[in-house]
Amino acid sequence: MSEELFTNLAIFVLSLLVGFEVMSKIPATLQTPMMSGANAIHGVVVVGAFVIAAEANSWVFYTLAFFGAVFAAINVAGGYTVTDRMLGMFDRKPKAKSEGDDSK
Amino acid sequence: MSTLQTIASLIYLISAVCYVLGVHMMRSPKTARKGNGLSAIGMFMAVIMIIIEVVADGKITATGWIVLIAGLAVGIAYGVVKARKVPMTDVPQLVSLFNAVGGGAAAVIGIFDYLMKGDGVALSLAFSIPVFLDVIIGGITFSGSLIATGKLSGKVPGKPITFPGAKIVNIIVVLGMLVAAWFMLATPTNIWFVILGLVMALIFGLLMTLPIGGADMPVVVSLLNAFTGLAVAFAGFVINNQVLIIAGALVGAAGTILTLQMAEAMNRSVANILAGGFGTGDSDSGGAGSDVPVDVKETSADDIGLQLAYAQNVMIVPGYGLAAAQAQHEVAELATVLTEKGINVNYAIHPVAGRMPGHMNVLLADVNVPYDQMKQLDDANPMFESTDVSLVIGANDVTNPLARESGNEISGMPILDVDKSKSVVVIKRSMSTGYAGIQNPLFSMDNTQMFFSDAKTGLQDIVAATKQYLED
Repeated sequence: MSEELFTNLAIFVLSLLVGFEVMSKIPATLQTPMMSGANAIHGVVVVGAFVIAAEANSWVFYTLAFFGAVFAAINVAGGYTVTDRMLGMFDRKPKAKSEGDDSK
Repeated sequence: MSTLQTIASLIYLISAVCYVLGVHMMRSPKTARKGNGLSAIGMFMAVIMIIIEVVADGKITATGWIVLIAGLAVGIAYGVVKARKVPMTDVPQLVSLFNAVGGGAAAVIGIFDYLMKGDGVALSLAFSIPVFLDVIIGGITFSGSLIATGKLSGKVPGKPITFPGAKIVNIIVVLGMLVAAWFMLATPTNIWFVILGLVMALIFGLLMTLPIGGADMPVVVSLLNAFTGLAVAFAGFVINNQVLIIAGALVGAAGTILTLQMAEAMNRSVANILAGGFGTGDSDSGGAGSDVPVDVKETSADDIGLQLAYAQNVMIVPGYGLAAAQAQHEVAELATVLTEKGINVNYAIHPVAGRMPGHMNVLLADVNVPYDQMKQLDDANPMFESTDVSLVIGANDVTNPLARESGNEISGMPILDVDKSKSVVVIKRSMSTGYAGIQNPLFSMDNTQMFFSDAKTGLQDIVAATKQYLED
């Protein structure tokens, strides 16, 4: 086994363990935003889209690189935006009870 | 290692730390938004770093830049517009769409690097195994998530779709994947091998999600989220980039835990959900008595308005029907009308009310319902004894007292003790059963009245009636 692969494998396994550990019990209230937030994080695949675009040298590879970039960009940009929108709603200061707030 | 590589490795490490801390902060409502922001900062740093690396490397062609920038521009524009405009009720299918493209991007990277090796080249297993896993998992996630999106948005029928011989087709597809694995791992490169693997993965994704009922879809979306994470991690092996490996594995693990917790909240096991076929309604084995026509008392919007106007404590129990009818605004208006007259209004929110765990909180927060009025199961249940009127809107199984008895589909599921309140009003379109496909004895209890209506129009009528009595 190459040293590079071994390092990557070790990182992979340890990151899995961190993932299990950091998650533990999530209140049901936050499960939907959490799913969306984790979804945004795998948008990191956009880094890979750069890597392949830098290597592309024929139309087959340009086409693949284009789709890679579109897909990854949707994931990362959309993922963070919608998660922030959702969590922003929890952020709002509770309004005084008797004040109607239908104007919005 | 060059200086630039050292700096890049450090930056990627910092961004990975941001993701871990971000996820950690998202466990509490107070810090959740900052956590997501921190994770976004980490993402931004990683993107800046890869831009610097690509520029410094200098190998990218002009066409490469054009393709990359055009692709990113299209993707960002589409993603941001979708994310800004989506109604909160449709968030689950949007997340599923993002899973699809994330998995698709990971699969594209694997295919790209495989083809880059050229035709007829013998590969080392250290390269071919991650490529194979990347393409297979990415492909499954891509097609599976698109079906999940379709089912959640109603473009694909939500009921389980099965066909005769499905098992045999499944076996053939799995064998096809094994054949693709053999060719990709043990023989020199050939474009058709990777295409075979991709096609088999895409078909497998379809076959996996089509038989699963729409109500189970959120758990499947969460599972596919974890899959996408793994596909991205394997893409990281393929291009030897550690930030992809760390972030992908993190999402893979965190997504798995989240899937288990969601399934638990819905009183289902993941294996049971994946087996599919649940919620058809035609497998009615609910035991004796479940087919007996229940006699229920019907009521009118006017009468409900009167009850509410003279109540002191009102508990609103929102369910899936409320989300489906988009009636959050109406329910918030009713609550405002009542609280203005000094009537206590609270919301009892079951963990799985809405389309997925936590979704109802998001929907209510969207229409400015104060956070302190949203009572979670454990806080809400002791309050029912002092509740004058419980208004159950489009909820069914989560209020079913049968859960306290043994021997039925929902035995042991935590429920809201709606039946303990003085009076119960259920707004529902018909007597049809809920998700679990069993009758709900709550509907025929002495203190229960039924109001058969769509949640939205029904609530509009009730608001009008209540206002009239409150003004008298």
